[in-house]
Amino acid sequence: MKGEGFLTRNISSFTHTLESIISTEDLCRTLGLLQGLDPRVKVGTFVLFIVMVGLARSLSILAIIFVLILALSFLSKVSLRFFLKRVLLFIPVFTAVIALPALFITPGSPLVTLVCKVIITEQGARTAGLLFLRVTDSLSFGVLLILTTPWTSILVALRWFRIPSLLVDILGMTYRYIFLLLHTTNSMFLARRSRTIGSFSSGENRRWLIRALTTTMVRSQHLSDEVYLAMLSRGYQGEIRVLNDFRIKRRDFMWAAFVLIAASALFWGNHL
Amino acid sequence: MSTFETGHIFEAKDLSYDYPGNIPALRRVNFIIGAGELVALIGANGSGKSTLLSLLDGLIFPTDGELLAFGRQLSEKTLQDRTFVAEFRRKVGLVFQDPDVQLFSSTVWDEVTFGPLQLGIAKDEVVSRGKEVLELLNIAHLRERPPYLLSGGEKKKVSLASVLSLHPQVLLLDEPTTGLDPRSQGNLIDFLFQWADKGRSMVFSAQDLDIVEEIATRVVVLGAEHNILADGKPQEFLSDPDFLLRTNLVHEHSHRHRELVHRHPHLHEHQH
Repeated sequence: MKGEGFLTRNISSFTHTLESIISTEDLCRTLGLLQGLDPRVKVGTFVLFIVMVGLARSLSILAIIFVLILALSFLSKVSLRFFLKRVLLFIPVFTAVIALPALFITPGSPLVTLVCKVIITEQGARTAGLLFLRVTDSLSFGVLLILTTPWTSILVALRWFRIPSLLVDILGMTYRYIFLLLHTTNSMFLARRSRTIGSFSSGENRRWLIRALTTTMVRSQHLSDEVYLAMLSRGYQGEIRVLNDFRIKRRDFMWAAFVLIAASALFWGNHL
Repeated sequence: MSTFETGHIFEAKDLSYDYPGNIPALRRVNFIIGAGELVALIGANGSGKSTLLSLLDGLIFPTDGELLAFGRQLSEKTLQDRTFVAEFRRKVGLVFQDPDVQLFSSTVWDEVTFGPLQLGIAKDEVVSRGKEVLELLNIAHLRERPPYLLSGGEKKKVSLASVLSLHPQVLLLDEPTTGLDPRSQGNLIDFLFQWADKGRSMVFSAQDLDIVEEIATRVVVLGAEHNILADGKPQEFLSDPDFLLRTNLVHEHSHRHRELVHRHPHLHEHQH
């Protein structure tokens, strides 16, 4: 049962974690700085911030941006602990693959010599630091946007920016049905456990996992066919039309001006 | 000018439908449904009730025979005419059996406004209809909630609201009371009874004979051979235990009290 317990625990915790990350509707309705902005302005300015993060070549500038993010989080009444937990959850996934090797393989002046003559160079440490901070800042902007904006408003804003309708619709559906499929998968694991006495070999567990994943895929295919029919039934003719009652207000202009000034300052600092 | 000719709401002429692999779902079905009729489709599992509702909603098309809606043929070709399809979808609404299929939007508000928006109804009118159906079904407090977080009864109400916002003349419902607790079942039956009382038409499938008895003015019984076994007034069939037994609508230990409609719980202390 060891293998199965591991699988079940992971599927369950993944479902729970994903739900807690995305289910932030209450936070979106809190009266904070970012919650009060027009979603189109917010999406546009956050994309600009993320581009700036990608272009930044200095560790100090990236650190300043992170401080700015924390300030925005505070002003938007997002608890710092809650926010950092969500950002830090993803950082190892994105950085481990790229930043860690850079630490050891970048040529340059030795900084630290580890066991077995493994050397971390100054340039390696700087490159890994840059990658780490870039990922942290970009993810933080993404998480802050999701925490302070209803998902539907993000989708409408993406449409406003002429992102292909098909792509936006797929994003919307994924958000809607990922929980249902995760719960279905979770139930399959529980159903198996309820009928199991004794233990399985890891090979049997792997084979069962493959069958379970195949079944989930077939179910999701069936579900998508049914959902498509349900959409047709209510008049869908190839492109989803949505209500867009956004209004750009004075505070949006002020925010946009602030972002442009901050971006210019960061750009200038980058070239010093 | 309407693209619909005057006449019956639905007319099936030798209607047959096969699933892929020549698996029969309906065989040579004939009926006419007129305005104001409240038709219950009853029959054992797999007799073709849901398939017939999908055919009536123009989601699938007959393998053989003909199906007319408002005097005009329902086929893949006729439903490619955008004017016709928009008018047909405005007039006919289907509530799916599984609310998770029907509720694909991110919030309840998006769900109830989806249909009218796709049909090109003016935004002010869409907003007004959205508010109206939320009030009508007492679910205004769920407006910003994501559908996946709702209870079974709430999901069913939102599914119904999402179709009622189309202001359909004909309501198709696939097993509307399935999965509901007795109180929610009662509320739904009351609501449907009131809705239908205004001269509108309804075709619904049901396993629960109580809803048939309470709402239907006509019963169509589908048999295991996927054909129509009987078509007439509810009293003709529901008071005939032999017929109900023969058509697998009750099992041997079930019974009905002939003329009396019991609304109180009762226990049987003797064998029948």
